Amino acid sequence: MAHGPATLADGWRAYISRWVFTTNHKDIGTLYLWFSFSMFLLGGAFAMVIRAELFQPGMQLIRPEFFNQMTTMHGLVMVFGAIMPAFVGLANWMIPLMIGAPDMALPRMNNLSFWILPFAFAILTSTLFMEGGGPNFGWTFYAPLSTTYAPESVNFFIFAIHIMGASSIMGSINIIATVMNMRAPGMTYMKMPLFVWTWVITAFLLVAVMPVLAGAVTMMLMDINFGTSFFDAAGGGDPVLFQHVFWFFGHPEVYIIILPAFGVVSQIIPTFSRKPLFGYSSMVYATAAIAFLSFIVWAHHMFTVGMPIAGELYFMYATMLIAVPTGVKVFNWITTMYKGSLTFETPMLFSIAFVILFTFGGFTGLMLSIAAADMQYHDTYFVVAHFHYVMVAGAVFSGTAAIYYWLPKWCGKMYNETMGQVQFWVAFIGFNIAFMPQHFLGLAGMPRRYADYGLQFADWNMVSSIGAFIYGGAQLMLLYNVIMTIRNGKPTTEEKTWEGAEGLEWTVPSPAPYHTFATPPELK
Amino acid sequence: MSTESSYYVPEQSKLPIITATGMGLMAYGAASWVVGNGNIVFTAGLVIMALVMFKWWSIVIDENMRGLANDQLKQSYVLGMLWFIFSEVMFFAAFFGALFYLRVIVNSWLGGDAAIGIFDDTPTDAAVANNALLWPGYEADWPPMVTPDQAANGANATFTGPDEAMSFPGWSKLLSWLPLWNTVILVTSSITVHIAHTGLKNNNRKQFIGWLGLSVLLGIIFLVLQVEEYVHAYQHMGLTLESGIYGTTFFMLTGFHGAHVTLGTIMLLIALIRAIKGHFSNEDQFGFEAASWYWHFVDVVWILLFFVVYVFD
Repeated sequence: MAHGPATLADGWRAYISRWVFTTNHKDIGTLYLWFSFSMFLLGGAFAMVIRAELFQPGMQLIRPEFFNQMTTMHGLVMVFGAIMPAFVGLANWMIPLMIGAPDMALPRMNNLSFWILPFAFAILTSTLFMEGGGPNFGWTFYAPLSTTYAPESVNFFIFAIHIMGASSIMGSINIIATVMNMRAPGMTYMKMPLFVWTWVITAFLLVAVMPVLAGAVTMMLMDINFGTSFFDAAGGGDPVLFQHVFWFFGHPEVYIIILPAFGVVSQIIPTFSRKPLFGYSSMVYATAAIAFLSFIVWAHHMFTVGMPIAGELYFMYATMLIAVPTGVKVFNWITTMYKGSLTFETPMLFSIAFVILFTFGGFTGLMLSIAAADMQYHDTYFVVAHFHYVMVAGAVFSGTAAIYYWLPKWCGKMYNETMGQVQFWVAFIGFNIAFMPQHFLGLAGMPRRYADYGLQFADWNMVSSIGAFIYGGAQLMLLYNVIMTIRNGKPTTEEKTWEGAEGLEWTVPSPAPYHTFATPPELK
Repeated sequence: MSTESSYYVPEQSKLPIITATGMGLMAYGAASWVVGNGNIVFTAGLVIMALVMFKWWSIVIDENMRGLANDQLKQSYVLGMLWFIFSEVMFFAAFFGALFYLRVIVNSWLGGDAAIGIFDDTPTDAAVANNALLWPGYEADWPPMVTPDQAANGANATFTGPDEAMSFPGWSKLLSWLPLWNTVILVTSSITVHIAHTGLKNNNRKQFIGWLGLSVLLGIIFLVLQVEEYVHAYQHMGLTLESGIYGTTFFMLTGFHGAHVTLGTIMLLIALIRAIKGHFSNEDQFGFEAASWYWHFVDVVWILLFFVVYVFD
């Protein structure tokens, strides 16, 4: 380990084996980030197909069967292939640096967690070329659509989910072990940066619910191939059981996606406000409270399924409770900025946009939580708009902020600030043009997951598609910015890239050496 | 190379990528297998996995013997194992939760007597209509010997219930009731593992190896009896995986438990072989302890199963 990492100059063989056999948390973090970005582009391409078809009413480009595969694969690839691995990549890069650890606790298992993903997504994507087509039942794969009426490729989907789950569980166990066991002396739990806190809570959620997802797809597999009747009322089962099992996984899953995003924003806002984070401990408790509540609200996704009224009421009130800890967080971010010495570099712009748009998505979530009103909103574009405000303007904006924020630390080059800000505005405007009209479409009654629509929805759909293309273009600009930074960026060797940045990751040189904190730093 | 006092970060390793390849082949192969394209790919993946797992653990054991693993690394292994067991708990929770939902809620909806609340047992209109329109003649009962399909469609039904259930057979037949013996065996094996552990802690290797060997034996006996029970169910009780929701939940819950007992027995067996080779000491015993934690976990799952699946039927 005395020698540095292999570069292209050492020959392609050494270079490839560096990445394939690596046990280094920074290498693995980089792998995760590039993989997730390529999946982001793939899922984005599926979204472009969807929006192109919906540009005008009537069927123009693709058949409805293929449209269904596109909506399904877009959701699956974005959730499991793009957003989750992106934050795991950030965790890999930053957690050891933030807590002063030499590496992740279990480095070889770390590499395994990553390398499962290309196999899983190769299997998942290959279903599109199979007879009968790929999964076409929506990313939530409700039975019996995903069992009795599914194409044969559903079996490949099931096993792809299984190994993805194994990857997530191993990755999470690694993060928990790292945080519990590898903190530098003096780094008590309540001194940990908030990104570390949100990730350890996320990892706990993952270990808790990924096995439940494995259970759900196992039940599907058995029903499809081995004659069991979990989801078939004829044998004494119930398709609604699928929804309960799925959403017991699915609701914590949406917090798995958003909690690390909270963590990123909680790092960036104090830096560019040049003030410590307001209400650190309340942030920690709020995160834990959100994680706890995520386990007891799942059936708010199922208000129209025919639950008893007592169930509807319970899940409605429990869901509304989530607004309390989330409100604490939004309050703290805003109060951190209050009377701060603010500057608006690209990461800060994305973070402020995150706070505004995520709060907006949170409010539409509150609207959806009202069981009686949800009867109207359910399965309309209002829901699509809601979760894209929290998933895209929430998770993806914060991920983008993280890239701009830590890129100088990762590669020792400074991105072009003008280019970054241009990309932000294109993304921000494109995003809102794409998704704001979908609220109106949903309230007017346009159902989600349909390849065609009535003429009254034509105008806003066209606007939405134009916005989606602009937003898609913004992602290519991000890719361009990152590549240009790595190749031609202005070198920076400052330990502290940002004036107001605090934390151990800003005490190591830029770019961060291949091995850091071989001897743990002392904290005062 | 790291010194003993610092955390051991291993060099580059080929193990993970080979494992990932094995997993990928197994996943793709299993799916091809169930859609009828043979099991060659799956078998190839399985062989790769078996070999690489053996190699991986050999390397970890070797690193430990050479003293590369300091206390902090060992603590990482401990945390890894405990959280892995927690994930297994959640896997079983999904199936226990499904059983509860099917038994308590779905069954009464299908039978048309799902009530409004705890203090009011008037069936809801929806439940009554559900029964009358979709599954006329089905009466909610557990264990369900007749499926809703059978009740409504008679001989044309796709799903038919079992001839007999695995219920408690009555006090007079208690001693010939297999699940009771299985419970006795598994609880005993947890105790014997604990005695072996105590032996190791007190540097009594004879006690350690002897009682560990007995635990492995009990695990194997449990599995043999479980196979016996399955054969009996299929051949004499008309109880199969396809016997409606009862067969579904019975075989899935006990089957996954059996799979975990198999894994646990293999873990204990490996610990036994290592013990005979002279591994483990009263200070360095993680490999054995991890196997024993896992064993206690499958034991607890069985006790839950025993009550939920067999006794309170």
